[in-house]
Amino acid sequence: MDTHAHLSASDARPVLEGPDIARVLTRIAHEIVERAKGADDVVLLGIPTRGVFLAQRLAAKLEQITDRAIPVGSLDITMYRDDLRMHPPRALARTEIPGDGLDGKLVVLVDDVLFSGRTIRAALDALNDLGRPRAVQLAVLVDRGHRELPIRADYVGKNLPTSLRETVKVQLAEEDGRDTVLLGVKPADQ
Amino acid sequence: MQRHLISAADLTRDDAVLILDTAEEMARVADRPIKKLPTLRGRTVVNLFFEDSTRTRISFEAAEKRLSADVINFSAKGSSVSKGESLKDTAQTLEAMGVDAVVIRHGASGAPYRLATSGWIDAAVINAGDGTHQHPTQALLDAFTMRRRLVGRDAGLGRDLAGKRVTLVGDVLHSRVARSNVDLLHTLGAEVTLVAPPTLIPVGVESWPCEVSYDLDSTLPKCDAVMMLRVQRERMNAAFFPTEREYSRRYGLDGERMARLPEHAIVMHPGPMVRGMEITAEVADSDRCTVVEQVANGVSIRMAVLYLLLGGNEPAAAPIRTEEK
Repeated sequence: MDTHAHLSASDARPVLEGPDIARVLTRIAHEIVERAKGADDVVLLGIPTRGVFLAQRLAAKLEQITDRAIPVGSLDITMYRDDLRMHPPRALARTEIPGDGLDGKLVVLVDDVLFSGRTIRAALDALNDLGRPRAVQLAVLVDRGHRELPIRADYVGKNLPTSLRETVKVQLAEEDGRDTVLLGVKPADQ
Repeated sequence: MQRHLISAADLTRDDAVLILDTAEEMARVADRPIKKLPTLRGRTVVNLFFEDSTRTRISFEAAEKRLSADVINFSAKGSSVSKGESLKDTAQTLEAMGVDAVVIRHGASGAPYRLATSGWIDAAVINAGDGTHQHPTQALLDAFTMRRRLVGRDAGLGRDLAGKRVTLVGDVLHSRVARSNVDLLHTLGAEVTLVAPPTLIPVGVESWPCEVSYDLDSTLPKCDAVMMLRVQRERMNAAFFPTEREYSRRYGLDGERMARLPEHAIVMHPGPMVRGMEITAEVADSDRCTVVEQVANGVSIRMAVLYLLLGGNEPAAAPIRTEEK
């Protein structure tokens, strides 16, 4: 994080600011209600860390629209990653499945950035061990392209064409103290 | 973290807290309909037990299976060891089979250390109890149980046991559990007091990071957790106390003594319990006794240790940096 902080200060530029993120989430909430015809059986599962905060914000907006409590949880995919053997083990985050479970529900996975698609593949594997949803959809704040697997998002906050030399960093008030999406450039040596 | 887990004294405070935090997430897997994670798929773990054990071996086996490792069980009885094979030859046989980790229980203190440092084998070595030396996963599961009960399940995340007062009572001399607990609890900031008859206190105890007392009754009112140790008759070849009756009168925990503990204090026992000796049935079956909980927590702790040692390309470092996208 620290290496990134001094980089973002000079090189990274914001592509979405706080009000943009709020508007984007409101739109996604409406799209979910429209496509699910009322969001009766929707369960939101955020992928830690920032996906969880986005899922909670989406749930709040959905509750405003539908006047109904929306179950929201988190899904840690660390143990299902396909690159586990390439790094030291990572600390685990919390998996919290809402009380009614996932069987027969419409699960909407929520993450901050969609990139290679490998995180979502791991999330689908993790879901397999937790229940059998009626359907699974994917909502992301930013889709930066460069997919390595046949995966696409159902709800996209912003399509952001990037090169592989660029970095996309989402910051949210709950974790980072402010809402913004930063587009930066990787240092040449990495 | 180091590549092997030989002694609780090798763990730093951050390592230990990382293991406890990881175990907290592992514990939640037990509540799922499918109690299995794919994390150690394709890794082979050998449970190498030269000494009898029920709960530790089953606990390790359950942990390995929940993480999808391939498990090979080896017990000295009915193996080539009874024909006179040495530890070195056994180790080289396992190495030739390509195992990734060895969980070893041995009657000789230092056997796991020898196995890890001899160059006989490339696998990670996890000590499941060696002689009267160490039993690190037991100390970790005890610390985990204390943190859950005394600090809280979620409130405990990221925290150690600073300021908690823990009393270990009984056969300290023969107890690898006591040694491991003293080391780990000290690392985690707890204050440890050993209570035992003078004959069951080891030589050199003054260099351990703990207090020593011979009087249980005066210690009880000021402790948050009291751990009763089993009197290990199988390791006793001399008279360490006059009679069992006298031992249990002075150092056994009965209902009357339990009443002197502070309200929130818990009673722990690493098992197997000898009811009527160090602990009465009344205490063993009470709500304050965490024996069964300790067994359940043992699986979570062993899953955490296996994941942190074997889950990646090298052992986990604490604290871990999160990677950017």
